[in-house]
Formats: sequence, C-alpha cells, structure tokens
Amino acid sequence: MIDLTIIWAFIIAFAVFMYVVMDGFDLGIGILFPALQPGAERDKAMNSVAPVWDGNETWLVLGGGGLLAAFPLAYSIILPAIYPPIIAMLLGLVFRGVAFEARWRDPKHMSFWDFTFTSGSIIAAFSQGVTLGALLQGVQVSGRAYAGGWLDWLSPYSILTGLGVTIGYALLGATWLIYKTDGPVQDHSYRLAAKLAPATIVSLAAVSIYTPFLENEYWDRWFTMPNILFSAQVPLITGIIIFALYRALKKRHELAPFLLTLGLFLLGMIGLGISMFPYVVPDTITIWDAAAGESSLIFMLIGTIITVPFILGYTAWAYWVFRGKVSDEGYH
Amino acid sequence: MMTDPEFALLLARIQFAFTVSFHFMFPAFSIGLASYLAVLEGLWLKTKNDLYLDLYKYWRKIFAITFAMGVVSGIVMSYQFGTNWSVFSDKAGDVIGPLMAYEVLTAFFLEAGFLGVMLFGMDKVGKKLHYFATLMVAIGTFISAFWILSVNSWMQTPTGHEIDALGRFIPGESWTTIIFNPSFPYRLVHTVMAAYLTTAFVVGAVAAWHLLRDKMDLRARKMFSMAMWMAAIVAPLQIFAGDLHGLNSLEHQPAKVMAMEGHYDSHPNGAPLILFGIPNSEEKRVDYKIEIPKASSLILKHDLNAPLDGLDTIDDDKEPPVGIVFWSSRIMVAVGFAMLAIGMWSLFARFRKKLYEWTLLHRAALIMGPSGFVAVLAGWITTEVGRQPYTVYGLLTTADSASPLDAPAVAASLIAFVVVYFIMFGAGTLYILRLMNKSVTGDEKTAQSGPIRSAGITPASNRTITSHTGEAS
Repeated sequence: MIDLTIIWAFIIAFAVFMYVVMDGFDLGIGILFPALQPGAERDKAMNSVAPVWDGNETWLVLGGGGLLAAFPLAYSIILPAIYPPIIAMLLGLVFRGVAFEARWRDPKHMSFWDFTFTSGSIIAAFSQGVTLGALLQGVQVSGRAYAGGWLDWLSPYSILTGLGVTIGYALLGATWLIYKTDGPVQDHSYRLAAKLAPATIVSLAAVSIYTPFLENEYWDRWFTMPNILFSAQVPLITGIIIFALYRALKKRHELAPFLLTLGLFLLGMIGLGISMFPYVVPDTITIWDAAAGESSLIFMLIGTIITVPFILGYTAWAYWVFRGKVSDEGYH
Repeated sequence: MMTDPEFALLLARIQFAFTVSFHFMFPAFSIGLASYLAVLEGLWLKTKNDLYLDLYKYWRKIFAITFAMGVVSGIVMSYQFGTNWSVFSDKAGDVIGPLMAYEVLTAFFLEAGFLGVMLFGMDKVGKKLHYFATLMVAIGTFISAFWILSVNSWMQTPTGHEIDALGRFIPGESWTTIIFNPSFPYRLVHTVMAAYLTTAFVVGAVAAWHLLRDKMDLRARKMFSMAMWMAAIVAPLQIFAGDLHGLNSLEHQPAKVMAMEGHYDSHPNGAPLILFGIPNSEEKRVDYKIEIPKASSLILKHDLNAPLDGLDTIDDDKEPPVGIVFWSSRIMVAVGFAMLAIGMWSLFARFRKKLYEWTLLHRAALIMGPSGFVAVLAGWITTEVGRQPYTVYGLLTTADSASPLDAPAVAASLIAFVVVYFIMFGAGTLYILRLMNKSVTGDEKTAQSGPIRSAGITPASNRTITSHTGEAS
C-alpha cells in the first residue's frame, strides 16, 4: 500500500525545491544588484528574469498552499512560530514585485527602485533562511498550537542559516548571469561567482557542522548505523560537486556552474530531509500527525498528477521562448 | 480595557481586512482587463485593423503593473491564513486547502506561465501562439476567481463537510457539494460581473479623459464605445444578479440581510425599505430614517405584506456590526445604479449620435472611473462584515480562529503592511495613472520610453531603445 502522506511530503518538498531552483537565481540577481554597474549591467540582469519571475514565485504559493492543504496542522503551527520572518519575506517580495515594474517606468528615480529591488531581495532571501533555521532548531508546541513567544526564532543558528541562504542565492544569481549574458557582464559574473562559491561552501559547512549539535536526534539520524551508510554519501557527493564547480568556473563553462550550484541546493535539501524525516515539526509533529484526511489528499493528488506535467511543460516552453543570451536575442 | 489576546485579535482582523482589501483591488481590475486584452487582440487578428493592436499594447502595459501588484499582494494572503488564523487553518484546512491548491495548480501557474510570453513575446512567437498566451492569461484569471470564490462561499454557506472529534471540518461524501455550495453560483456571477464593470468604467474614464482633450481621437472613441457597451449591458444584469444574491443571503444568512436593511425589529405585516438613516445599535433602532413602507418585503419576498424577521430574533452576540453593513450595502447599491445611469445615458447618446461629442457624458464617465473599485470594496465589506461573528458561518467564530500571537507582533506587522502597501502600491498606482494620461498612439516605439512593456517588458531604458528598433513592441 502506498502511503499517501509520504507522497505528499515529497510533493511539498518538490514544490519547495522548485521554488528554490526558480526563484533562487531571481532573488540572487536582486542581492547582486549593488555589485553590478548601474545602467547596462543592471538592465541586462533584470531583463534576464523579467519574463519569468511571476511564474517562479508561484512555486512559493504552491509550497504554502500545498502545506495548508496536505499538512494543515504543520501549517498552523509553523507559521505563527516564524511570524516576523514570514511577514518580512512577504513584504520583501512586495518591494521586489513593484520595483520590477517601477524601475523602467520612472528613470528619474531608478536608483531608488534599484535600492528597493535589492533590499526586497535580501530581506526575502534572508527571511527564508531564517525560517529554515528556526524550524530546524525546533518549535515549542502545546496541543495543536504553537506555544512559544514571537521572538523564539531568533538565534545564532537561524541568523547563520539566513546568511547561508542569502549567499547561496547570490551564487545562483551570479551563475545564472554567466549563463544568460556575455561580454563584460559575463566576465563580471565570473568574478562574482569566484568569490561567492567559497563563501557558499563555508556557509554550507558551518550549517552542516552546527546542525547535529542542535539536538541529539539529529546526531543519531546522521551518525548511527545504518543511517550513516546513506548519510555519509551526502558530504561525499557535496565534495565532488564543489570540485566540479571550481573546474567549471575556471574553465569558463557557461551552464555548468548554475546547474552545479543547484546541485548543492539539492544536497542541502536532501540533508534537510535526513535531519527532519519523519517529523515536520522537529521531535513533536510527524507528517502523519499533521496530514489532512485521505479524501483531501486523494482529491488533490488527482489534480496534481493531471496539472503538474502541463505546468512543467508550459513553464519550460516559456523559458525556451526566451532562451539565449539577453544581449543577443533578449527582449530587444 | 481589552486583554492582550483581545487586542491581538482586533489587530489581526484589521490586518486581514487591510491586506485583503488592497489585494482585491488588483484582481478586480485585472480579471476584466485580461478579458478586454483578449478581445482586443482577437479583434486585431480578425479585422487586421492596427487600431486594436495599439489599444492592446496600451492596456497591456497597465495590465503588467496591475498583475505584478496582484501577485505580490496575493502571496501575502496565501500565507496569512497560517500566520494570523492558524486555528482556522487547522480546523478548516482539510476542506479549503485542496480548493486553494487547485487554484494554484489550475490558475496561478497558467496566468504566470503565459504572462511572460504575452508581455514580451510578441516578436518571438507567431501571432496565433501569442493570442493563445493572452487567452490563457485571461482564462487563468477566471479560474482563479472560480476557486477562491468557492472557498469564500463555503465559508459563508458551508455544505458537504462533516465535523470530526477534534472539531475539525473534514470533507463529506462529495467534493462537488463543497465546491458548489449554495451561495457560490451567485457570488461567482456577481463578483466576475463586478470585475468586468470595474474594468469597463476604468477604460471608459481613460477614453473620456482623452476625448475631453481631443474629440477626434479615434482610439479613444473606440475605447469609449466599447466601455459604454459594457456599462449598458452589464450594469442592468449586475443589478439583477445582485438582487438574486441578496435573496440567496436572505435564505442562508438572514442576519446579514437584516443588518443591510437596518431591521432591528421584526415586521410581521410587511417591512419598510429604509433608504437612509443612522443605525443606533445601542438603542437598537435607526435614527433619522427615511423609509418606504413595505418596500423591503416587496423586494425580498415579492409581497408587500410578507413578514420579515429582524435582529430581535438573533442573539446579540451573533449579530454582525449593523452600522458598517448598513452603509457599505447602500454605497454598493448607489454606485450600481449610477453605473446603470451612465450605461443608459450612453445608449441615449449613441441614439442621438452624440456619444463622442457630449462633453457632459465624458465628464460623468471620467468621474465614474474609480466607481467599480468603490462598489467592489463596499460589496466585499458587506458580505464579509455581514457574516460576522463567524469565519465558517454558524460553526466557527472569528474569535476562535485566530493564531496564538502576542499583540506586539501583530501590531508591528500591521504597521509594516500599512506603510509598505501605501508607499509601494501607491507608487505603482501613480505609474498606472501616468500611463493612462498618455494618449494611445499608433507608434509605440517612439512614444514610449521603453520598448513595449513597462517594466518588465521593457528591456532596457530609453537609451537601448534607439539602438534596438525591433523592440518587442
């Protein structure tokens, strides 16, 4: 018998990963904006995501809406627990969304809108990282509700995860620009990626080392037999990807750095899965505790199976329409 | 003095009302505008008349800004159920969650996925494929309205669910009973027509603005004519649909209608229609009222002498706030009839062949530009405040739905939302008004500062434009 709850845990994880894949570089470009030259460099960077950012952010709505639908208890415990970072993220996305439109409309205030675009992107990325850390470090639960205070999420660990995600998104942004641009902008992006890659790896290492010390369960899940046979592969593969990323940047490959950075995020996600499973709120609520009833899960699964292939199809088509370098066959 | 949880609840309610009201403005406009764009592009393909293409490009820029603001304010809504109404989410998640997931899967992705091609892709794909993208965006806005109004309607008139041992709502035998709950068809028709009217009056006002400057402006004439046809046809239909929706509310949510009518007392021998007055909930009466005897029974029961219950039949703690509902419903109805008047006036002007010359009509249409937003908000307030004190009508109260949050957290977020929304969406609206102030020109490339699209569309700024004449426009 296939367990619907596990299927849904994977669907939500897929939606979150798709969000990171698609909006990570999008936010990363905003984070990198101050490092880019005002004018042509910034214009190109923004044009490289202008036709797709709406669709990218939709995965975030699916992650949130899907969590509500499939795991309502988790949704209703986790969101109040991370109230300030979630609100900050939402407001950051508002800044960004308006800046996308306003920047071109109002050249006289372009520096203001560039600032808005950057600060919105940094706030959103940092908040997402903080949210991750706050969840991993545990949430106080009483009955079916969050029982902690409104600043419990704030800790050195959650700040560290916030910084880590921000730096990682910036690397995604830089490698995306390598892929989508050429000439001076691409050169600049290579230089940025060369600095951001080690920073990302340091953050990833710091988070990985810190996490098992948060509570014993994490330590056990990672370092006892037989789990270690599987979990030991994660750092191993990470090492291989890091090596490949360095080579790709050095040899000036265009697409590989972006894909390899996504690989790092995928491994982070798998690591997260090893740490959490089968809990959705660490040590208190499992995915089975939190899951919606069978009727709801089946009803949604039918819709998901039918629609997701179409969604992936027309999303891929939209990217294909705007394929190529921004400068050559961009939107001009 | 309020306790901390009571204060936190009040703040959470204000925050939800504020964010949803702001959000609703954007789809109320973009649903109609997406359809209008599909009509314009369709007419262009059919007639090969470039005038339609010019109009299409003009309104597409405005659509881009509106849609972006709708997306980001909508993401806020999808998370706010959890951040501020977590008990509601836990209890009703099994029922409303799947409907909202369907909205994301069938509508949001469709709109957002095809939006890029619609905005920037005219030179990159064939005409028919581009038209297909425009259609998908328009259909997506409608599907979105379908699902979210189904959720809202289930909360107003819940059917098809069961309640488990933990007090949670769980789906019953059939999902169609949940989706097609009793108030849903009425709410869907009434809301979608409201969106069409909102767009028609915005388009009409922009056209009137340009006609007031130049009566010979052919593109303004075309817009004005199209908008006035919509007003003349949809406004009467909308009043009829609104009446049906009211009768549906009378059946399922009588307290809401009592508050709309200002009926504190029952009227066994025919209830009066109170046109104006000041509801006085302390004394349970309407002060200074002007009323038409028995007219309310005539409207609601189609019988002058039909008895109508008043709020005296409802427990005090289960009544909605009368004053707000009484006023908001009157504003909605008044705006609706003003729209009807404009529609009829335009027919008369058409008949007299003065549609494009009648300055007074143009001025009136200009003033009525924001009327759709006023009516939509007033109607939304009527239905949402009128179903208080419940989130799930009759079953779960608003007070029992809120998250266990500290008041300072909600106060801080509310202030942040107010400040950010007014600045950001204020700026976005300002840019839309600036675009509207420009007349529709045949040659977008020289007239506009960017290539095609405003923001997003426009690749770079003006300096690139000159060097890239084959712009997306």
